[in-house]
Amino acid sequence: MNSNNSTQPDNPSDRGQHVEVLTITDLSKFYTMGEVRVDALKHISLEFHAGELAVLLGASGSGKSTLLNIIGGLDVPSSGKLFFHGREITAATEAELTAYRRRSIGFVFQFYNLISSLSALENVQLVTEIAVNPMDAVEALRLVGLGDRLNHFPAQLSGGEQQRVAIARAVAKRPELLLCDEPTGALDFQTGKLVLDVIEKVNRELGTTTLVITHNASIAGMADRVVRLRSGELSEDRRNLTRMSPSELVW
Amino acid sequence: MKVLHRKLLRELMRLKGQMLAVAAVVACGISVFVSMSSVKYSLEASRQRYYNRFRFADVFVQVKRAPEFYREAVSRIPGVASVSTRITADVTLDVPGLDEPASARLVSIPDYRTPVLNDLFLKKGRYIEPGKPEEVIASKPFLEANHLAPGDRISAVINGRKRELLIVGMGLSPEYIYEVQPGSFFPDKRRFGVFWMGRRSLGSALDMSGAFNDLSLTLAHGASEKDVIMRLDNLFKRYGSLGAYGRSEHLSDRFIVDEIKQVGIQITFLPVVFLAVAVFLLNIVLRRIVATQRDQIAVLKAIGYSNEDVGLHYLGFAMIPTAFGAVVGTLLGAWLGRGLMNIYAEFYNFAELVYYFRFEDVALSVLLSFAAAIVGALGAVRSAVQLPPAEAMRPDSPVLYKPGIFDRESLRKKIPVSVRIIVRNLERRPWKAALSVLMISLSVAILIAGRYTYDSLDRMVQVEFNEKHREDVTVIFNNPMPPSVRFNIASLDGVVEHEYYREEPVKMSFGHRVRRQSIKGMESAEGLQRLVDKSNRRLSLPPEGVLLTSTLATLLGVKPGDKLQIDFLQGRQRHAELFVSGTIDEILGLSAYMNLAALNRLAGDGGALNAAYLRLDPAKSEKLYTTFKRMPGVSGIMMLKAMKQSFDELIARSMNTSTLILTSFACVLAFAVVYNGARISLSERARELTSLRVLGMTKGEISFILLGEQALLTMAAIPVGFLIGIGLSALLAHALSSELYRLPLVFSAFNFLFAFLVIVLVSVVSAFLVRRRLTGLDLVEVLKTRE
Repeated sequence: MNSNNSTQPDNPSDRGQHVEVLTITDLSKFYTMGEVRVDALKHISLEFHAGELAVLLGASGSGKSTLLNIIGGLDVPSSGKLFFHGREITAATEAELTAYRRRSIGFVFQFYNLISSLSALENVQLVTEIAVNPMDAVEALRLVGLGDRLNHFPAQLSGGEQQRVAIARAVAKRPELLLCDEPTGALDFQTGKLVLDVIEKVNRELGTTTLVITHNASIAGMADRVVRLRSGELSEDRRNLTRMSPSELVW
Repeated sequence: MKVLHRKLLRELMRLKGQMLAVAAVVACGISVFVSMSSVKYSLEASRQRYYNRFRFADVFVQVKRAPEFYREAVSRIPGVASVSTRITADVTLDVPGLDEPASARLVSIPDYRTPVLNDLFLKKGRYIEPGKPEEVIASKPFLEANHLAPGDRISAVINGRKRELLIVGMGLSPEYIYEVQPGSFFPDKRRFGVFWMGRRSLGSALDMSGAFNDLSLTLAHGASEKDVIMRLDNLFKRYGSLGAYGRSEHLSDRFIVDEIKQVGIQITFLPVVFLAVAVFLLNIVLRRIVATQRDQIAVLKAIGYSNEDVGLHYLGFAMIPTAFGAVVGTLLGAWLGRGLMNIYAEFYNFAELVYYFRFEDVALSVLLSFAAAIVGALGAVRSAVQLPPAEAMRPDSPVLYKPGIFDRESLRKKIPVSVRIIVRNLERRPWKAALSVLMISLSVAILIAGRYTYDSLDRMVQVEFNEKHREDVTVIFNNPMPPSVRFNIASLDGVVEHEYYREEPVKMSFGHRVRRQSIKGMESAEGLQRLVDKSNRRLSLPPEGVLLTSTLATLLGVKPGDKLQIDFLQGRQRHAELFVSGTIDEILGLSAYMNLAALNRLAGDGGALNAAYLRLDPAKSEKLYTTFKRMPGVSGIMMLKAMKQSFDELIARSMNTSTLILTSFACVLAFAVVYNGARISLSERARELTSLRVLGMTKGEISFILLGEQALLTMAAIPVGFLIGIGLSALLAHALSSELYRLPLVFSAFNFLFAFLVIVLVSVVSAFLVRRRLTGLDLVEVLKTRE
């Protein structure tokens, strides 16, 4: 399936891409909903490299969220294996999965999923309090351009601002892997671009391996690599020669 | 974890109405537990301390007159530790400032102070001085009720002679913690007191020098009370013994022990109900919180919080209001306990009634409430822990509705949509609906049971003071009088009606069961005294045989028609057989009634009378009172009206207090259940109801859907609550009944009406609060939020 797996170190934005962060081998996932069996993922094999910014494209129901959830240790596959730095995540216990999420993974969700009873700063502190070597929560919010909104509650922030808080929350722990599930899905064009800008900036400045899920093909331009899923199967895996700045994107 | 704590506190603040309701229910339960436990312990400890310090005896016996040297004989009985002999007598008093005559029990004390059994606690003044025969120490309640103090004088008719007595001290004794006139059930502090007098002067006044008529003893460790009593009975049979008895038949001790037992029942029953409701409330509130925070739970887990972190976080939603309730409940309990002890101090005369507020009770109550919190939170916390994070990211699947009873084609057209929504919602979760009904009905039941005791005492007063007795005074004779005494009484100016009875102490046996009991021989049951059972039904006096209080019949194991063996303890001490002609379910005490003529025949003497019931001409009663005060041969006078008044004062205060407490607690319970139910409903259905508003329904219509459901649950709960309340009251009546009294099971219409009104009021208030939230919902905001 993964026909295009070349790793050419000729892209100027590529840093240390030879280090494999994530290895997925023959991963499948099916659900049974009532009496119907739904194959969400079919025999996916992939690997992601350190510092890579990858976009996972696919229509609704293509299995991309399922893949992201499995990578993030939120879900377990029906078969196949997932390795993080050579360690098998699919064999991890519940406690190990929690530790994996706590140390290595940063999540950004489509609906931001901020805790409404906590301020922007506190939403970030939620992570910095339990992470091993976090950045300062204020610094994380400054990184996403919200240094002046620290004490606002989610209800007092715009959608874009909320999503940026979510990004700050995700990166504050200095994760090795930043997983973004439709980060612009609930946002308008301009705000969406602003959020992508922040994601790109985090990837560029912190070198965090970043996976962005989207059904919006136009976003693919900002990535080092584009992976496309269709009906649970890998249909495309290509590498962009140049990364576009999110501000140049049009959709 | 500090931020999670902040989240917890902020969200608790947002749900403060519901959380306060939960805390209030916990506080009620804990306060009852803490107050009652501490009261129980304090009563027990005070009793024990009092008994130990002042050497309360284990076995008692009253005789006609026995020579003093029998003291030695008694002390040689195996198992007897120490013995005291005394002289006691019942006399009439002329109390300064009191028109009506009063009565006193005179009890002898050593002329020189030496430790004796049933010793005196000198509260004020001094001990009597030898060689001053007029000096007495009087009981504290009597002195206080009559505003008397050491130094005051009082006159008494002792052995037919009027004597001036000088009060030198104010005392108390473990024998009279519950101080009532012999033959009476309720204290009348103004008209009855205990007087302690020097042995020598009382002996000479009663011609009892070198003799005694009252003996008490303590048992050695491990001695058999039964054996000692048997030996005492043999020893004193020919000295007119009324039969020896242990502490369990000692009236004062009996009252306290029963009281302690009753407090113990309340400790178990009320807190259980309250904590059960708290468990229920926490369960529904927490389930709702977890349901609305599915996505937050997912985020916390995605971020790296462990299942334990998440579980503990949601457990916090139960623990904090519970802890708050436990703290408030403990403080309230300490305060209530102190208040209750003050009320007890009016009933019971302890040398020192110490209020012990114990750490153990607090610790236990905290433990209990936390256990309740954990049980209540368990389901919700478990679902939060088990929620797979990926699953939680997806919205909850829509709940499944099925066609219900109102969806039949024929009915569908006639029933408006709003009613169908209500009914379907109830049908969809019948268990939840049933549980809500049960919880509301529990608060109705507590209201009913709380006021039941009120109704029950009301009936007791009605039966005992109105129906059974029509006399104004009871004149009790010193010694059995010949039947001719009627002529003396009848000749008194102002006596309108007079009636007599004979009271004969006997030993009643049936098979191996034996009881000391007195048989009351009545002239009729149609005159001044009547036979009335606890259902307020009048019974007639059987011409032959004996009519027994049902409880006494049960204790003896007899039924109508059975033959009792009777041993008269006085006079000719005849042995006879007596058949049981019937039973009467009475409220107070244990009695055996006979026709006077039949009793006289059975006793085999010419007949004797022990007391007279008199109805007086109100215009001449004052003059008659003066006569009674000086009348020789009278050991006591009981005034029905005064007794009723003192009963009303004493009981009314404590009843009102406890009814008020129970009623307020039941209101808290009702409000907590109804309000939380409505709030949860609102939270579950805000989106749906707002959608209906967007579709064009009015505020009134959606309020009807939400509140209609609550109203339906409440209406269903009221009759259920009535039934549970009746059951609970019956249980209480059974648990609280003793040989001393049985609470009649009566319910006034007002009781039900009151419970109904309270529940309706509470429902209306909570409906009003919830409706304000409902109509205040921002249509756009609610629809935007993801369920």
